[in-house]
Amino acid sequence: MLFEKFDPLKGEMLQILDQNGKIVNDKLVPKIKKDTLLKMYKTMVLGRIADDKAVQFQRQGRMLTYAPNHGQEAAQLGSIAAMEEKDWLVLAFRELNSMLYKGVTLKQSFLYWLGNEWGSRYDDDVKVLPVNVPIGSQISHAAGLAYAAKLKETGEAAIVYIGDGGTSHGEFHEGMNFASAYNLPVIIVIQNNQYAISTPRDKTIKSKTLAQKAISYGIPGIQVDGNDPLAMYLATEKARERAAKGEGPTLIEAVTYRMGAHTTSDNPKLYREDSEVEEWEEKDPLKRFKQYMIDKKYWSEKKDKELHESSKKEVLDTFKEVENMGIVDLKDIFEYTYGSMTPELTKQMKEYQEYLDEEGAE
Amino acid sequence: MAVKTILQAINEALDQSMEKDDSVVVYGEDVGFEGGVFRATAGLQKKYGEQRVFDTPIAEAAIVGSAIGMAINGLKPVVEMQFSGFSLPGYNQVVSHAARFRNRTRGKYHLPMVVRMPYGGGVRALEHHSESLETLYAHIPGLKLVIPSTPYDAKGLMMAAINHPDPVIVMEPKRIYRAFKQDIPDEPYEVEIGKARVVKEGKDLTIVAWGALVREVEKAMKQVDGIDAEIIDLRTIAPMDTETIIESVKKTGRVLVVHEAYKSFGPAAEIVSRVNEEAFFYLEAAPKRLTGFDVTIPLPKGEEHFIIKPERIAYEVKKLMAQKA
Repeated sequence: MLFEKFDPLKGEMLQILDQNGKIVNDKLVPKIKKDTLLKMYKTMVLGRIADDKAVQFQRQGRMLTYAPNHGQEAAQLGSIAAMEEKDWLVLAFRELNSMLYKGVTLKQSFLYWLGNEWGSRYDDDVKVLPVNVPIGSQISHAAGLAYAAKLKETGEAAIVYIGDGGTSHGEFHEGMNFASAYNLPVIIVIQNNQYAISTPRDKTIKSKTLAQKAISYGIPGIQVDGNDPLAMYLATEKARERAAKGEGPTLIEAVTYRMGAHTTSDNPKLYREDSEVEEWEEKDPLKRFKQYMIDKKYWSEKKDKELHESSKKEVLDTFKEVENMGIVDLKDIFEYTYGSMTPELTKQMKEYQEYLDEEGAE
Repeated sequence: MAVKTILQAINEALDQSMEKDDSVVVYGEDVGFEGGVFRATAGLQKKYGEQRVFDTPIAEAAIVGSAIGMAINGLKPVVEMQFSGFSLPGYNQVVSHAARFRNRTRGKYHLPMVVRMPYGGGVRALEHHSESLETLYAHIPGLKLVIPSTPYDAKGLMMAAINHPDPVIVMEPKRIYRAFKQDIPDEPYEVEIGKARVVKEGKDLTIVAWGALVREVEKAMKQVDGIDAEIIDLRTIAPMDTETIIESVKKTGRVLVVHEAYKSFGPAAEIVSRVNEEAFFYLEAAPKRLTGFDVTIPLPKGEEHFIIKPERIAYEVKKLMAQKA
C-alpha cells in the first residue's frame, strides 16, 4: 500500500514529521515502542556529538581524515531501528549512527578513523560488515548475506546503505539486479545527501528521483524525507515486511543533506552556497526528533541536558583512550593475511624484525 | 623557467596540452568544477569549458570505457582515477579493451589515451587510498606505465603520454605531490617514455627506484659513508629500460631494487630476473629487493612498519656491500 501510494514517478515523498517536529500525516505514524524511540534518540545525540567532535579533533590535528554524518542521522536511525535484531547491517562509510545503534562501539569507530584495523573488528555478536570504501561494491555483499539467509531459512534480512553518487556505479546496478532477480530479503537505503564529494547529484544523474531506479529492477522504490526518523522507520518497516514475506528487495531513497564536508579533506564552500546549507539547517533531524519526543512526553529539556553532558563525556573519554593508543605491533600487520603465516611472510617479518633489532629503530 | 611542484607541473602539462591541441579532453570524478581532489586539474574547466573538462559520475568503468570510444573517434582523453585503489572497477576496461584495441584490430585502431592516478602510501590515509599497484598495470601487454619522481619528469612524461599513440597509465606519487619544487621549462617538452634516468653515477652498487622512493634512496645514501651508489630512477616501469639497468650493474656488480609495491611477483622480481639473465657473470653479490611486504598496506597505525624509510635503505645497502661472492 505504502509503496503504491508514494510513487516516485509522481514526485511523492513520504513525510510524517515535519521540520518543526509536528505530525503532518497522522494516519501513517508508525507504532514504535517507547524504548525503541528512546534508543533512537539517545543514539542520535551520541552520534551527533561524536561526529562534531571528530571533525573538531581533525582540525586540531588529533584525528585523521573523517567523513562527517551531521544532518543524516535520521536517515540512518529511522531505517536501522525498523530492522530486527537478527538482521545484517552492510555499510558504505557514512553510517556512524546505524553502526552505534547496531552495537558497533564508539571506540571501534574512532579506532577506524584513526587508522587502526582493529576499528573494523566488531564484537562477535554484532552482525555488521566493516566500512566499505570502494563505491557501490557493498550491495552485492548484502545480496549474498540475504541469499544465505534464504537458503538456510534463518529469517534474517540485510539492510545496506549507499550514497547518491554510489548509484552511478556499475556495481550498484549489478547488486540491485542480483538481489531483485532472486527475490532476496534486502533493503537498500540510498542516503541522498545531494553531493558526490563536489559534484551535485543532478549533474551526473538524469533521473528525477533515485527511488525510481527501483522500477527497472521490478521492485518498489520510495522517496522519503530522510531527516524524518518516523518516515524512515515506516518505509523500512514496510520493506522489512516484504522481505519477511519473500517478496524481495525494496529501495528507499532518503532525501537528506550532508551538513559538513565529504571528508575533512575537502572544502564544501568551493562548491555550494551558504544559503543552501542554512536552508537545510532548518530541516535538522535532531531538532525535530527532540520536539517529537518532548511532545510525546517521552523526553524533557532536563533529560536532554543530562544526555548531552553524559554523551559528551563519553565521546571525550573514548577519544582520549583511543588517541593514546600507539602504532600496532609488527605482527599485527602480518598475521591476518591468511589463517596462518606462510613461510614467505614469516621470513619477511623476521628480516624486518632483525633490522629493528640491529638498528634500534622504532 | 619557473619553480614548480609535481602537482603544478602536471597541471601545466595538462594545460599546455589542451591549449595546443583541441582534441585533448580531461575528465573524471570531481575533476572539473573542483579541479580534482588534489587540484591537479585546477583551473582547466574555467579555461577550456565544461565540454572539454568535466565531472563524471562515480563510475570508473564508464570513465575508462568512454575514453576508449573517444580515442577511437579522434579525441585524446586524459582521465583521472581519483586514487589508484579505486581504479579497479576501471581495470576491466583497461585490461580487456584499452590494452588490446591495437592488437585486436591489427592496427586499425590505436588509443591515444591517458589514465592518471595518484598512488602510494605514507599519507596517513583511509583504506584503498595508499596502494602501489604498478604490478597490475605493468604486467599487461599493450599498456605503458610511467611514474615521475620530479616536477621536470612529471611535466615531460605527462606531455609525452598525452601525445603517445597508445594508452599510457601515469601513476603519480601523491606523497611528494607538493613535497618539493624544481625549476622547469615554461615551454612544452617531452620526456621520452621507456627511458630511465641516472640520478647519480656511482661505482659500488646500482639502486633502482621510482616515484617517491627515489628521494628516499637519495636521502639514504647521504647517511652512508664511503659507498658510491649509482641511482637509477626507472621513470617508465613498462616497457622497462633494461639497457640502462644492465649497463649499470655490469659496472657496479651489485643491485638493490626498492619499491613500495608488494614483493611477490612485483616489478623488482622482473628487474632482478633481467639482471640475472643479462649480467649474471658480473654480479659480486646476490641481487636484493627492498619492497612492501606481502600484506595489504596497513592503515596509518601500522603503516609505519610498511613504508620504506631512508634508514632501512641505508641498512640494506650496507648489508649488500658486506656480501662477498
